[in-house]
Amino acid sequence: MIQLAKVTKSYSGVKAVDDVTLSIPSGQILGFLGPNAAGKTTTMRMITCYMPPTAGKIQVDGLDTIEQSLEVRRKIGYLPEMAPVYQDINVLDYLNYVCDLRRIAADKRQQRIRRIIERCGLEEVLHKDVGQLSKGYRQRVGLAQAMVHDPDIVVLDEPTAGLDPNQIAEIRALIKELGREKTVILSTHILSEVQATCSRIVIINQGRIVADDTPEGLQANAEGRGVFITAVKTAAGDVAAKTRQIAGVEEARPISSTQGVQKLRIESGAGRDVREDFFRLAVRENWVILEMAQESRSLEEVFRNLTREDQ
Amino acid sequence: MDNILCIFRREFRSYFDAPIAYIVLMFFLLIAGYFFTTNLFLVNQANLRTIFGIIPLLFVFFVPAISMRLLAEEKKSGTIELLFTYPIRDAEIVVGKYLAALGLIAVLLIFTFLYPLTVSTLGNLDAGQVISGYIGLFLLGAAYLAIGIFASSITENQIVAFMVAWAISLFFFILDKILFFVPTSLANILEYLAIEYHFQNIARGVIDSRNVIYFFSMIFVGLLLASHALSRRKGD
Repeated sequence: MIQLAKVTKSYSGVKAVDDVTLSIPSGQILGFLGPNAAGKTTTMRMITCYMPPTAGKIQVDGLDTIEQSLEVRRKIGYLPEMAPVYQDINVLDYLNYVCDLRRIAADKRQQRIRRIIERCGLEEVLHKDVGQLSKGYRQRVGLAQAMVHDPDIVVLDEPTAGLDPNQIAEIRALIKELGREKTVILSTHILSEVQATCSRIVIINQGRIVADDTPEGLQANAEGRGVFITAVKTAAGDVAAKTRQIAGVEEARPISSTQGVQKLRIESGAGRDVREDFFRLAVRENWVILEMAQESRSLEEVFRNLTREDQ
Repeated sequence: MDNILCIFRREFRSYFDAPIAYIVLMFFLLIAGYFFTTNLFLVNQANLRTIFGIIPLLFVFFVPAISMRLLAEEKKSGTIELLFTYPIRDAEIVVGKYLAALGLIAVLLIFTFLYPLTVSTLGNLDAGQVISGYIGLFLLGAAYLAIGIFASSITENQIVAFMVAWAISLFFFILDKILFFVPTSLANILEYLAIEYHFQNIARGVIDSRNVIYFFSMIFVGLLLASHALSRRKGD
């Protein structure tokens, strides 16, 4: 259980994370989604005790990240962006070093390391220096160091960035498997990533949470909002203005207007279909409908709308 | 304590995994050896005055070369982010790394034992003076190193870390050489601040608490500032 209460972080006056309240129950795979510099990494760094919040409180299993920092760190495994692991040391030595710092008792260590090597698929590179490894293997070494102490919580910052499609699929499978027994927090700016792996999506923009839902919930929200494009032939009159008067229409935007044909994009609120009302209006006004096409809004669009600069 | 040992082991090993330790050792011994041999028969005395005279100056250049990477490298490569999220305190990171570098300085000094051994076969060497001289050298290196780890904590550029450490070390080194130019009222203070004044006192064979306290406060302040600089990541 991780709880963020009114957490704010500012860097020399600029708020990177702004009044975020969030509760993450155990066993969830939570995806932080947001454009670059939205505050994802900062949030993760505060949860992992890399730095404290400027204001607010973060608790992990009831332990404060400032007051009981060392205890919190024992419960968490963290993979920072770009997997910064030592280059001049071989994989096995590196994992042993992490075990030293994580205080894994000598009798358990062999078994723990063997399991993590198998899980992360590192058998073939054990005696190679990390610096010689490919990006995919480096990422796996990063994952291995985050999990070698068998933590309850795993925090992964952009775990699939820079990997090829096969490697991405492998890492995703690994994350899903992890999620069966652990709390996983991951960040990404790739939408399909959270759809594929997470049980909960939190969209962050400019340091604030703008959406918090299951992937299905967000998808339903996206589909529920009716959008259609229509072309109407009429001698005179402002089609857009009249359309806006229909109950349920949120926006009617003229796209083009040529030789008496007006083209519009009409958006209605969640769960409402205004096409019928629009048809009746057209009949009343004696407009000729030339074209009418439903547009389904994708999750991408929801994301773009939520994270637009001007919001 | 276990954490410090852990950091120490990894850091000390990585000195010898990379060429840095060997380069520093080779050049240090080459230069020290040159001064030792050229003066030995010229002076024709069974003592280590030339060695104890030249090493403090050599340290001004070599200790920053040893210390420059300690924290700057990890900051640059981002590996320090992981260290900061392991269950280990900032101060333990600083002390562990400091001790590793101090270990390398000890290795450096052990190699120079060849000089007193050589001299002792040629004449009557005052063992007490040699031992206290080495204690002085070790403390001197430790003090420069504290300056060095501080310099390494404030930047992620190793060259900058070297230059800063070198400049501060040179400042403390040069203080008692310019006493001639300053008014007497200031001279006493400058003399007390001068690192070589304290070293030469110890090297003469008298280990005075006054001198030892000087070195230890230097080490303490350096380590304190370094771990303070690390916690600056925490922002405002």
